[in-house]
Amino acid sequence: MSMLEVKNINVYYGSIHAIKDISFSVEQGEVVALIGANGAGKSTILKTISGLLRTKTGSISFQNQSITTTIPHKIVAQGLAHVPEGRRIFAQMSVEENLEMGAYTRSNSEIAPGLERVYERFPRLKERRRQTAGTLSGDEQQMLAMGRALMSRPTLLMLDEPSMGLAPILVEEIFDIIRELHKDGTTILLVEQNAQMALSVADRGYVLETGKIVLSGGGIQLLQDDAVRKAYLGG
Amino acid sequence: MGAAIREKGDSGTHRVSICVSPCIHLYYKYRKGRIYLMLIVSQLINGLQLGSIYALVALGYSMVYGIIMLLNFAHGDIIMVGGYVAMLTIAAGVNPIFAVVLAIAACMILAVVIEKVAYTPLRSSPRISLLITAIGVSFLLENLAQNIFGANAQPFPNNKIIKTSSLNIGGVQIGVTAIVTIVVSVISMVLLTFLVQKTKRGKAMRAVSEDMGAAQLMGINVNNTITFTFAVGSLLAGIGSILYCCTYPQVSPTMGSMLGLKAFVAAVLGGIGSIPGAMIGGFAIGLAEVLVRAVGLSDWTDGVVFAILIVVLLLRPTGLLGRPMTEKV
Repeated sequence: MSMLEVKNINVYYGSIHAIKDISFSVEQGEVVALIGANGAGKSTILKTISGLLRTKTGSISFQNQSITTTIPHKIVAQGLAHVPEGRRIFAQMSVEENLEMGAYTRSNSEIAPGLERVYERFPRLKERRRQTAGTLSGDEQQMLAMGRALMSRPTLLMLDEPSMGLAPILVEEIFDIIRELHKDGTTILLVEQNAQMALSVADRGYVLETGKIVLSGGGIQLLQDDAVRKAYLGG
Repeated sequence: MGAAIREKGDSGTHRVSICVSPCIHLYYKYRKGRIYLMLIVSQLINGLQLGSIYALVALGYSMVYGIIMLLNFAHGDIIMVGGYVAMLTIAAGVNPIFAVVLAIAACMILAVVIEKVAYTPLRSSPRISLLITAIGVSFLLENLAQNIFGANAQPFPNNKIIKTSSLNIGGVQIGVTAIVTIVVSVISMVLLTFLVQKTKRGKAMRAVSEDMGAAQLMGINVNNTITFTFAVGSLLAGIGSILYCCTYPQVSPTMGSMLGLKAFVAAVLGGIGSIPGAMIGGFAIGLAEVLVRAVGLSDWTDGVVFAILIVVLLLRPTGLLGRPMTEKV
């Protein structure tokens, strides 16, 4: 059975039918990319999985347990971490306090080793641990958001537009980190507008258009697909 | 000087007046200076006493606003309920210490019940609905109290809680109530700062007040955190209630409304949503009030407090320590 199984979900914003009968799955150890244009419903899917939005019909199960109606903080406790779009770090709190919040569902004794792990992966965060998070640069904030999510020791990490608003060289840096996480066995569900980058790290990908999955396949396979190239990769 | 006084004769008297008068003059000047100093010190203490009560109440306003953007106008009336509970339980023969604990507990329970019954169902409604509800709850509490206890003020047995005597410290008479009020308030504020800055619960409060959605994604139980914030805010209000009743020993159904409004001004002055801001604002308003009274303009105290509100809103709406108003996404 898949780690995450999304089955025929329909999500509405008021009367707007945002997600139309979408099904997909994520297997243990995989990086799966959801790509598509702005407004295709990518972020909506992640918010629905983490419980911030509710499905009208359909079901979501995580590690063989239904989480369709589970409240968000309990979903996190089950091992599903979501790095939201726009990073949403706690700007007024220090870097270290942000990371501590990431470990909120873990016991206090796990905080120190967790911090050590995150600082090892992101040495720049260690340098700035006492600094107010709002004073970090964009890529450092993205690292903090990812580090914060890793503090909960998730079985599945969901990343929403990690490259958003970053200079190309910093996008490379963030994707290098995603590759490293993948190598270490972290299962990742990645949402990106930057289809090129996303598909180059993904084992599999799904292409979304106005709330529907229109195409799916292996990462490389989609990268070479003519329709995908035309629509998302600039020919 | 002694020799000069002992001199006899006409010229002697003359010499005395020449010699003594500057000394007496200096002495009176010294005494006058000391009296002024003592006056200033004792007014300062009055200001701190009043200000620390405002600060305790302002903290509740600010914390609740910080977390759900609600101006909880029922906050002042919780103080009134605390006062009545303390008065009635003491009158019923309950041990005063236990009565104080009961009154504070009643404030906390009431605030949490109000939050669950009146505010939680409106969490996703426009903020104006919440505000109107809060005003409604305030009227409900005041009128309920009037119905049950009558509109007249009743004496509060303050001497059963804090001794009404005063201490002479360096020539300045300081009431025990003033000392207890200031000390208890400062200790409460230090503990609150520790709670908010250092504990897991406190950090969660700050996280929720910054970004509720992101806090949920951390696994923080937002509903619990909000309830906890109401409980802590009303704990401080309960302490403030007892101290206020000991300072002005009477209770009435509307006692909380003016106190609440002034504490609200203090919260706005300090920067609503900011905890150190509420403390500074509380002390500032207390001192301002006493200053206005000390210069002989007692009738103007309320006017000056609300003039401060207007000036703050005009010149610096975010208050002294408030963060800039940015819409949450």
